[in-house]
Amino acid sequence: MEKQDRIESWERKHSSEISDVKEILHTVKKSPLAMVGLFIVLILIFVAIFAPYIAPHDPITMNLDNRLAPPSMSHLLGTDELGRDILSRIIHGAGVALKIMIIVLAIDLPLGILLGLVAGYFGGWVDEVIMRISDIFMAFPRLILAMAIGTALGPSLVNTMIAIAVTMWPTYARLARAETLSIKERTFIEAEKALGTSKTRILLSSILPLCSSTIIVRATLDMGNVIRIAAGMSFLGLGAQPPTPEWGLMVSTGRSFLISQWWVPTFPGFAILLAVFGFNLLGDGIRDISDPYLRRGG
Amino acid sequence: MAFPGYVAKRLVLFIVVIFGVVTITFFLSHVIPADPVGAIIGENAPQELVEKIEKQLGLDLPLHQQYLRYMKGIVHWDFGISLRTQKQVSADLKTYFPATLELIILAMLIAATCGIGIGILSAVKRNKLPDSISRILSLIGISMPAFWLGLLFIMILYYHLGIIPAGGRLSPGVLSPPTVTGLYTLDSLIAGEFGTFWDAFHHLLGPALVLGWIQTAYICRVTRSSMLEVLNEEYIRTARIKGLRERIVILRHAFRNAAIPVITMVGISFGYLLEGSVLTETVFGYPGLGRYSVNSFLSLDLNAVIGSVTLIAICYALSNLIADLFYGFLDPRIRY
Repeated sequence: MEKQDRIESWERKHSSEISDVKEILHTVKKSPLAMVGLFIVLILIFVAIFAPYIAPHDPITMNLDNRLAPPSMSHLLGTDELGRDILSRIIHGAGVALKIMIIVLAIDLPLGILLGLVAGYFGGWVDEVIMRISDIFMAFPRLILAMAIGTALGPSLVNTMIAIAVTMWPTYARLARAETLSIKERTFIEAEKALGTSKTRILLSSILPLCSSTIIVRATLDMGNVIRIAAGMSFLGLGAQPPTPEWGLMVSTGRSFLISQWWVPTFPGFAILLAVFGFNLLGDGIRDISDPYLRRGG
Repeated sequence: MAFPGYVAKRLVLFIVVIFGVVTITFFLSHVIPADPVGAIIGENAPQELVEKIEKQLGLDLPLHQQYLRYMKGIVHWDFGISLRTQKQVSADLKTYFPATLELIILAMLIAATCGIGIGILSAVKRNKLPDSISRILSLIGISMPAFWLGLLFIMILYYHLGIIPAGGRLSPGVLSPPTVTGLYTLDSLIAGEFGTFWDAFHHLLGPALVLGWIQTAYICRVTRSSMLEVLNEEYIRTARIKGLRERIVILRHAFRNAAIPVITMVGISFGYLLEGSVLTETVFGYPGLGRYSVNSFLSLDLNAVIGSVTLIAICYALSNLIADLFYGFLDPRIRY
C-alpha cells in the first residue's frame, strides 16, 4: 500500500515530465521513419552491450589457416586477412562506435553549454572572446581540424575522441548562448535577480533547463556525425589502431581485398552506414517533434 | 546596417578568424608534439641528423621566435620545403590545389542540379511516394561514409562495368595540357586537345559522383524545406487562382522565393566538398590537395601539413564568407 502511495506521489510530482515523454512517444509512433531510427539505435545499443555473448567468435584472435574465407555458415560475413570473423568484429565494433560517440558528447555538451551560458549571460568582452574563439574553431573543416589534433597528439582511439570533441563544442556554445540571450530578458529571471539569487544559481537552475531541449535535439542530430568522422579518421590511419575492431579501420585494412574478397571492406562499411543512418533518422524525427511548426504541418 | 558596413564587418571578422586559424595550426604543429623531429625520423636517429633537421625546421629557436618566423612565412606564402616531396610546399600546393578545385566544381554541378531538382519534386509531391523516396535517399546520402561509397564505386563502376578509370588525373601516356589554370579539363579545352579533355573528365567522374551524391542529399533537404515554406504562402494560391500553369507557379513564383537558402547552401557546400575531398581523393588515388594533406599528416611532414591545412582553412572560411555576404545582399534582414 505504501509502495502504491509512493508511486502516486512520484507520478504527481513528475506529471509534466511524464506527459512530455508520453507525447514524444506518441509522436514518434506517428512517424514511421523515426520509429525505424529508434529501432536501429536500440539494436545497436543491445549489440554493443551484449557483444561478448552474441558474437560467434573472438574479434581479436587470429586464425591464419582460415584467411579471407568467403561468407559461409560458420562465418556468416566471411573472415578477414588474419582469419578473424568479420561478423564478430562488426558486433564488437558497435561498442567502440557508441563509446566514441558517448565520450565525445560527454566532453562537448558540458563544455559547449557552459561557455554558451556564460557568453550569453554576461555579454560584453567575455561574450566577444568566447564567440571569436568559436568562430576560429568553426573556420576549420571538422575532419581537417580533427586530423590535425589527432596527429599532434598521436593517433589513438582516445586522441580521436579528444580531437572530435574539440571540433564540436562551438555548435553547442552558440546554441546555448542564443537561448540564454532570449531567456535572460524574461520577467522571471528579473524577479530572481531582484530576490538576490546568485548568478550561478540563475544560470544552472533557471536558464540551463530551458535551453536544454534545443541542445539535446542538436546533439541527437550530431550523434551520427561523430560516428562518421571517427570512422573517417580511422580509415585514414589517424584514429583507432589495429587490432581494435573499429569499423573505419576494418574498411581501411580491407581495402586491398576490395576486388577479390569484396566482403572484407564491404560489411564493416555497411555497419557504419546503418548506424549513422539510424541516428540520423531518430534525430530528424526528434527535431520534427520538437518543432511545433513542423508538427502542425504534419 | 547598410550593406558596405556589413561587408566591412564580415571582412574584419574573416581576417581575425584566419589569424586565429594559423595560430592554432602553430600550436598543433610546434607546441603540442613532444618530439616532432623524433616522430619524423625515428627515435634512435643520430644526434647530428636530429640537430640538422631541427635547424632546418627552426625548432631550435625559442617559441616566440619560432612563431614570428612561422607567421612571416605564411604572410609570404612560404612554408619551406616538404620533407616528403623535397619540393617547396607552395609549389606543391600550386600543383595539387587546381586538381581538387576541378573535382569540387564538377561535384558541385552534379549536386546543385540533382539536389534542387529532386528537392522541388519532393516538396511539390509532399508526403507522396516520390517525397518519401527522396527523403530516405537523402538521409542515406547524409549518413554515407564517403570512403566506403568510393570503394563501392570502384568495385562496381571500375571493376565490373569499366565505366571509370582506376585512379589518377590522366591515363598513362596522356600528356598533361599546357598549364594555364591548372585545371586539366579547362586547359585541354583552351589548347583544343579534346582527347585529353575527355580523359581528364573521365578521371574526375568517379570521385565527383561520390562527392556529388553526398552533397546532393544536403541541397535536396534544404530545397525541400524552403519550398514547403513558400508553397504555403498566399501569393502562390493567388497565382494558382489566376489560372497560371502549375509549372510556372512552381518555378517562377515559388522557387525564385525559395532560392536564397538554397543558393547559400550551395555556397557552403564548397567547404563540405573540400572536407569530403580528403577521403574521396585518398580512396580514388586522385592527386589533389586532400590526398596531399593526408599523406603529409601520415608522414608527419610538418611544413606540408601547415601549408595544406592553412590553404584548406582559408578556402573554407572564404566560401562561408562569400555565402554570408551573398545572403546579406539578397536578404537585408540578416545584416545585424
